[in-house]
Amino acid sequence: MEPKALILTGNGLNTEKELDYSLRKSGARTRIATIYELLDRDVTLRDCQILAICGGFSDGDDLGAGVATAKRLGKLDEELHEFYARDTLIYDVCNGFQIAAKLGVFNNEDSQIDATLTSNDAGFFYDNWVRLKVNPNSRCVFTKGLDGLYLPVRHGEGKFVTASPEALQRLHANGQVVMQYVNRHGDVAAQFPENPNGSVDAIAGICDKTGRIFGTMPHFEAFNHMTNHPHYTRMKREMGAGVDDMEPDGIKLFKNMVAYFA
Amino acid sequence: MADTKPNTLQVAVKPEFPDASAAAVKQDFTERGIKTQNVRTARKITFDFPLSEDDIKRLETELTDPVTEFSAINEQISPGDFDFMVEVSKKPGVADPQGRTAKEIAETILDRGVGEGSAYTSAQYFVKGGTEEELKKAAVAMLANPLIEDMRVYDYRTWDRRTGLHTVPKMVAGNGLRAGYVNLGVDDNALMEISGKGELSLNLREMRTIGSEYQRPSFVQERETFGLGPMPTDVELEVLAQTWSEHCKHKIFNAAVHYVDRETGLTIDIDSLFKTFIKDATEELAKTDKWKDKLVSVFKDNAGIVKFNNMWNMLMKVETHNSPSAKDPYGGALTGVNGCHRDIMGAGVGAELIASTDVLCFADPDYAGYLPSTILHPDRVRKGVFKGIEHAGNKTGIPTVNGSVFFHDSFLGKPLVFCGSVGVMPAEINGRKTEEKVIEPGYLAVMVGGRVGKDGIHGATFSSGTLHEKSPSSAVQIGDPIVQKRAYDFLIRARDLGLIEAITDNGAGGLSSSIGELAQISGGCEIYLDRVPLKYAGMQPWEILISESQERMTAAVKPEKITEFEELSRKYRVESSVVGKFTDSGKLHATYGSDVVAHLDMEFLHNGVPKMELEAEWQRILHNDDPIIADDSDLTAELTRILARPNIASKEKMVRRFDHEVQGGSAGKPFVGAQNDGPADAAVLRPFLDSNEGIILSHGINPLYGQIDTYHMTANAIDEAIRGVIAVGGDMERIVFNDNFCWPSPLEDKHKMAQLVRANMALRNYCLEYETPCISGKDSMTIDTEYTDQEGNKQKVSGLPTVMMSAMAKMDDARNFVSMDAKMPGDIVYVLGVTKDEMGGSEFYTSRGAVGDSVPVVDAKSAKVLYKSLAEATKHGLAASIHDASQGGLGVALAETAFAGGYGMDVNLSKLPTQDVDKNYKALFSESASRFVVTVDPAKADEFEKTMGSVQYARVGNVRAGDSFYVRGLDGRTVITASIYGLKDAWQSRFGWN
Repeated sequence: MEPKALILTGNGLNTEKELDYSLRKSGARTRIATIYELLDRDVTLRDCQILAICGGFSDGDDLGAGVATAKRLGKLDEELHEFYARDTLIYDVCNGFQIAAKLGVFNNEDSQIDATLTSNDAGFFYDNWVRLKVNPNSRCVFTKGLDGLYLPVRHGEGKFVTASPEALQRLHANGQVVMQYVNRHGDVAAQFPENPNGSVDAIAGICDKTGRIFGTMPHFEAFNHMTNHPHYTRMKREMGAGVDDMEPDGIKLFKNMVAYFA
Repeated sequence: MADTKPNTLQVAVKPEFPDASAAAVKQDFTERGIKTQNVRTARKITFDFPLSEDDIKRLETELTDPVTEFSAINEQISPGDFDFMVEVSKKPGVADPQGRTAKEIAETILDRGVGEGSAYTSAQYFVKGGTEEELKKAAVAMLANPLIEDMRVYDYRTWDRRTGLHTVPKMVAGNGLRAGYVNLGVDDNALMEISGKGELSLNLREMRTIGSEYQRPSFVQERETFGLGPMPTDVELEVLAQTWSEHCKHKIFNAAVHYVDRETGLTIDIDSLFKTFIKDATEELAKTDKWKDKLVSVFKDNAGIVKFNNMWNMLMKVETHNSPSAKDPYGGALTGVNGCHRDIMGAGVGAELIASTDVLCFADPDYAGYLPSTILHPDRVRKGVFKGIEHAGNKTGIPTVNGSVFFHDSFLGKPLVFCGSVGVMPAEINGRKTEEKVIEPGYLAVMVGGRVGKDGIHGATFSSGTLHEKSPSSAVQIGDPIVQKRAYDFLIRARDLGLIEAITDNGAGGLSSSIGELAQISGGCEIYLDRVPLKYAGMQPWEILISESQERMTAAVKPEKITEFEELSRKYRVESSVVGKFTDSGKLHATYGSDVVAHLDMEFLHNGVPKMELEAEWQRILHNDDPIIADDSDLTAELTRILARPNIASKEKMVRRFDHEVQGGSAGKPFVGAQNDGPADAAVLRPFLDSNEGIILSHGINPLYGQIDTYHMTANAIDEAIRGVIAVGGDMERIVFNDNFCWPSPLEDKHKMAQLVRANMALRNYCLEYETPCISGKDSMTIDTEYTDQEGNKQKVSGLPTVMMSAMAKMDDARNFVSMDAKMPGDIVYVLGVTKDEMGGSEFYTSRGAVGDSVPVVDAKSAKVLYKSLAEATKHGLAASIHDASQGGLGVALAETAFAGGYGMDVNLSKLPTQDVDKNYKALFSESASRFVVTVDPAKADEFEKTMGSVQYARVGNVRAGDSFYVRGLDGRTVITASIYGLKDAWQSRFGWN
């Protein structure tokens, strides 16, 4: 089946262009909608299999990243639960991840927020590409078969923290830790800039208990073409035009999402 | 029951988590020599609308992160043991974006409207250590800007925590709404007093011209029918002042100039620099086969529009926001960038934004000289400007992809903040050309976006003058990027649905300019000032008309489409209001309720300003200060020192705060190479993700050369911008320019005026020679600041005359992109172009306190051959790396090529193509134009050399494994022995992350 994806943007979210392209290129049909269109019931999730919440600065991050927009989306609780119950996928990137975390979708205990995203240790917004290792044992259906990723991050509040050591332990034990920042040697990175925000255990992405909701700070959709790669010209010197036949890491993930509905 | 007293919510990071914003503040204290043991922060929201106890408790729960934060309601939060608390809040009437969001979210959480009240935010800093005196001083210097913010310092040990808890910075606007008259039938002194007191920036001749317009019998008679007297209303005088300001009318560029060249004896009378040297050159090029049909709309809209492909056009505009950034660096830069974004949004029927660029000039970051209280320290200015650009670009989802930072102490009074915006628009929508603004009488004038307040009054007139101690603070503003982003999303949708017939932004002069300018299309307008949505009640009609409150666009909408337009606007939660109607009356006619408050002749308004007549006299100033370098046998230390100079050193730690990846089309990034840290010569992006077509953005600037001759300064700026395009794999076929002139006032200075004439002459000559038209531009003609020195004497600091050229080029295939980093050991290193004895204005001379006289002279004819050959080579993938040799010369270009690639290099300059160069320091540090360092795969060397044809070049060495960087000089003897890591470290450690 060709899945239909709803790309949620507006109100300061801003990565709809590259998410739309990446999903279409990977075989999904797409519809870009604003949060308000969803709130006003002008569009519905009923006929969609994928929900992608954009990165950006919803509400300007004015009261903390994702906080305000999480309150707005809180009005759609019922519709979102209905959607989720249908064996669908939710991709939350950057601000989308922050919104999802503030909504508590990654919780294990229903009553409390287990984890959140907060200000980078360095104290400022930082844009660069980072190396990532993928947990092969995670439940995440998005990252199956992926590893050794190189992707851009660009955020000021991407530090992943948990409410308690137990909560962190639960995430690990449940296979919810999907990706970690690593250094050039592939070791989990504790320090800036390899770990760009100071996340605990260098966690860059997590999933919910089913593996069908994926929250990530790195932007898969921003690596949709080989020229996006910071070393594109170096790879070209090494391997010639063959570099253009490689598949960008980001597209691999979206293809996994589409394949989930095959 | 809901109570009417304000409620406060305070939120702080739990002590067990690091407080990132506090860490930065602590660092700033340390840099100022203040020892603090601990700093924490809290944010406070004051809700000034009725809330029940349950309401506020609910807001507390919902707005506090349970993992990382704790909170307090209606009592002072206490994050520990401190000595002082500094609270910073916005002054009444200053935009408070966080407060706006807080109100919206309170309504969302409570699921009800809360009425007219507002929410206000403030920042609290808790400090342990330091004395009250030094804290107060430092806080003014780093935490608050007294122009727009109130700061309170409390002794934490003795302070009654209830003091100031519920302070509400509510705006209480003025009184009296009737327009008054201004009597211009007075003597010259009184006329100038009216202009000065009213911040009108109108000169005597202009004041007199306005005075006589009101003597014209037919005009007087016509006004009588509307109940208007025979003198201007305050509304009319303000509209004229805004429209006639230097900022809006470019009076200097349109003046009649008598130019005398004392060197050659040449005398020329010029009727408008702009027309003669800029517009005419573009018009000449527009007739050539190369540019025919490609220049879609030039010099007549908010941005220049050129063809991208058959489906799309591309746009560019570069603005400056120097005066506001001097007063409030954060707000000035933020509104500068977002304002320039609106130039793209306001071109034709509206365009999409795809990139921002920023070129910045500041005084020395370590400046230690005298600073009057009215001038901010350059490092504070730099930090504020960077923060402003960061928020403006990142929060609106527009990648910031190209720029540079230049330091010179002449920019102490006013920094130069060049904000560039690039966009694309479909060539046609429903068969209608998008670049055309069509307005018939009867179309409605609709204001879209933010509301109007007292912020931003007199921006246009203020920036047209010299900054002085009493410059108005109302001209300073904070922007709210999300309000603009929402409006942008809505307007693009409305455009695609064919709901917009014309659009422009509300920038300088506010509604008076936006509606006034659009009304030229239909031939008149009516403006209903009482229908303009305001931030608060009590504004005067003239204030409503000229306020430059941010995030507003004015669209022309057909009456039959207004309902659909307004409904769509509501869907995007954007405020749109019909505030006027276009007519063909030939008049700008404004009413407030039933009162007519302005009735101006459109022709007089737009063309009545008297032409200026200016004198220019050129006499070269010789510096005769070439330093004598007795021994240049070892230049290792010299190269290391030059690499660490602020103008050469890496700006990566500043620039990584800008998002350059959003929209997903990033190819050539600001920093490239093995570790993503080499300095790129230009940006490459793919605006359409399903296509390989690209756009290249680069720029050229070097005010140092202008100390010798602004003619050559301008030629070098053009050449440098073109070099950037060629270096990343572009070609000469599709390069267009935006020109920016920033000048110290040439009004009473024949030399400065002559410098301006010469810069314009170069612009025309080189644009014609390179066949690269200017499509848009902007001038800022008063980069002067007056202040009082320690002895109480009046002083003036004036920025160096500066031309900044921004280039935009279509790239057929972004996969041909070339980066500047050496790629592989064994690759051959070439230098293309001739190195001459041109040390004047070089970084090498500047570092020795010298200027010199031998400024680099651009030989465009031979450069053109070089650029075409190199473009041919990159099309065939023959160059592994290309780096432009500019500031710092070949020495810097070679070193950067090597260390960005992570490889060493062997270089021998004995075969370097030179002219009159007999010294190694000249070979390495002369800044002759039109040169590149190129590395080439040995297997492709023959083909590369064949492609170079008649170009002057030399093989000068090889990339090598390891980290050794060796340079042999002109005589074959070693002059540099270094490690690339040492060189890179010098280049990188000049600026820190803070």
